[in-house]
Amino acid sequence: MIRSPKTETMSRTDLESFQLEQLKKTVSYVFERVPFYKNALKKNGVVPEDIKTLKDLARLPFTSKLDFRDNYPLGLTCVPRDEIVRVHSSSGTTGKPVIAPYTQKDVDVWAELIARSLACAGMTREDVLQNAYGYGLFTGGLGLHYGAERLGATVVPASTGNTKRQLMLLQDLGTTAISCTPSYALIMHETAIEMGIDIKKTALRLGILGAEPWSENMRIDIENKLGITALGIYGLTEIVGPGVAVECPHKTGMHIWEDNFLVEIIDPATGIQLPYGQEGELVITTINKEAQPILRFRTKDLTSLNIETCGCGRTMVRMSRITGRSDDMIRVRGVSVFPSQIESVLLTVEGIEPQYMIVVDRQNAFSSDELEVWVEVSEGIFSDEMTKMSALQTTLQRELDSVLGIKARIKLVEPKKLARTEGKAKRVVDRSELPKT
Amino acid sequence: MKIKQVSVFAENQEGRLQAILQALDTASVNLRAVSVSENADFGIVRMIMDDPEKGAKALKKSGFTERTDNMLSAEIPDIPSGLLNTVVLPLAEAGINIVYFYAFMDQKPGTARIVLKTSDDEKAERLLSKK
Repeated sequence: MIRSPKTETMSRTDLESFQLEQLKKTVSYVFERVPFYKNALKKNGVVPEDIKTLKDLARLPFTSKLDFRDNYPLGLTCVPRDEIVRVHSSSGTTGKPVIAPYTQKDVDVWAELIARSLACAGMTREDVLQNAYGYGLFTGGLGLHYGAERLGATVVPASTGNTKRQLMLLQDLGTTAISCTPSYALIMHETAIEMGIDIKKTALRLGILGAEPWSENMRIDIENKLGITALGIYGLTEIVGPGVAVECPHKTGMHIWEDNFLVEIIDPATGIQLPYGQEGELVITTINKEAQPILRFRTKDLTSLNIETCGCGRTMVRMSRITGRSDDMIRVRGVSVFPSQIESVLLTVEGIEPQYMIVVDRQNAFSSDELEVWVEVSEGIFSDEMTKMSALQTTLQRELDSVLGIKARIKLVEPKKLARTEGKAKRVVDRSELPKT
Repeated sequence: MKIKQVSVFAENQEGRLQAILQALDTASVNLRAVSVSENADFGIVRMIMDDPEKGAKALKKSGFTERTDNMLSAEIPDIPSGLLNTVVLPLAEAGINIVYFYAFMDQKPGTARIVLKTSDDEKAERLLSKK
């Protein structure tokens, strides 16, 4: 269903002239209010009056994750504190997290975008949405919650975890749609089998899945196992949270709500814009935000854009499934982790050398073994006592959990086991790429 | 007395013990005793050799992580209760815990030899040398 037909099926010409006006407003808005943007624009030799066409977007400075950190907590904010009605934050594994402030208008716009997204995925007010995204600082929980309420659906704010209770609620309340990470959808299936429940026989028909990368094969797997349609939703804390883009049942890419977000694909190495259809890094500019509009945020997510009108009739551009990262970030159950962060935790243990490898299982990333960190046993950490070696394993596991909030299994391996490469070592390996031993 | 033990870290996989033994074989090092402590992922292979220095060097050359420790060792008579009376009882009475140990027949007839690590090797050595 199309919630806002006039907007969602607008002609490209009308959309682009609307976008241009919004972009002009946004640039002068941040220029006046945020010293960081004023300096960055000046450095690029741009003043707000220079924005004449959408092509001028390319002259604007990028915003990176580091800029958020440098301006922590509210250095990029445009409004006085009393206009901020809510803040969310990124998982912020080490150092400072990204703070996302919202005015009342931002909260309303966001809820509307998610209501639009859920409608796009095929939800109506008749649906019962079990929202199994984490509630709290994470944007997923409250974001989906307010959006689904705005749509008029029944929300079950189940949050994450306690899978058995989730399955009980799912059966008893006649849940028709679930929002969670793709990996959690599979955990629910596993647990249902253990409990002797056939999810296919429940009313569940739709999954709104996001917050971690997943493959087309994983979609097929989830759809078959749960007997549902599984659609992707995309968003980032830096931009607004979920509700930036969503798939419709045609499953031909995620519709980006371009009346709120300007998107570009760039070559991550050069920063130069790439044409539609070509894969590169997604860059997003918000053009309808009050508290913290962001110019040209480098998402590091690799994808491509499709400008053709979708079979559903929407004219807004679609982004393909995220195929990877232009940096080496990995996501474990929605928590973003960089290998360098894992490395810094490992190196707090005396004697450990920075020879390690992170093994992920992209097809089946859901058990407690989902992340393995292989650490080479050097002379500095080798003991002839098993208790000491086991304690080392436990210490590393505990440190990764307490510092990064990730459950990883530490596997101690022989030296030289891990591939040495010239220059940058390949730190993240998919299980399927491992040599058979 | 003290005896040199060479330990090696080995993944718990087929072929690893073979690689260790082959390295020693190439260096013509003779093994007098071996003890392995293992879990699902890896093992610690502890060895007493006729030439521990040469053995350790050979293992290192083959890419293994190894270490040499000066271990406590004692002769025990090859008779009933030999281990109990000569080693275990005196240590227990002195409140010393045995971290790990292994024993093997000595070259001297009628004698076995124990290699052990304890919670207090110094005190244990004093106790055992009295026997």
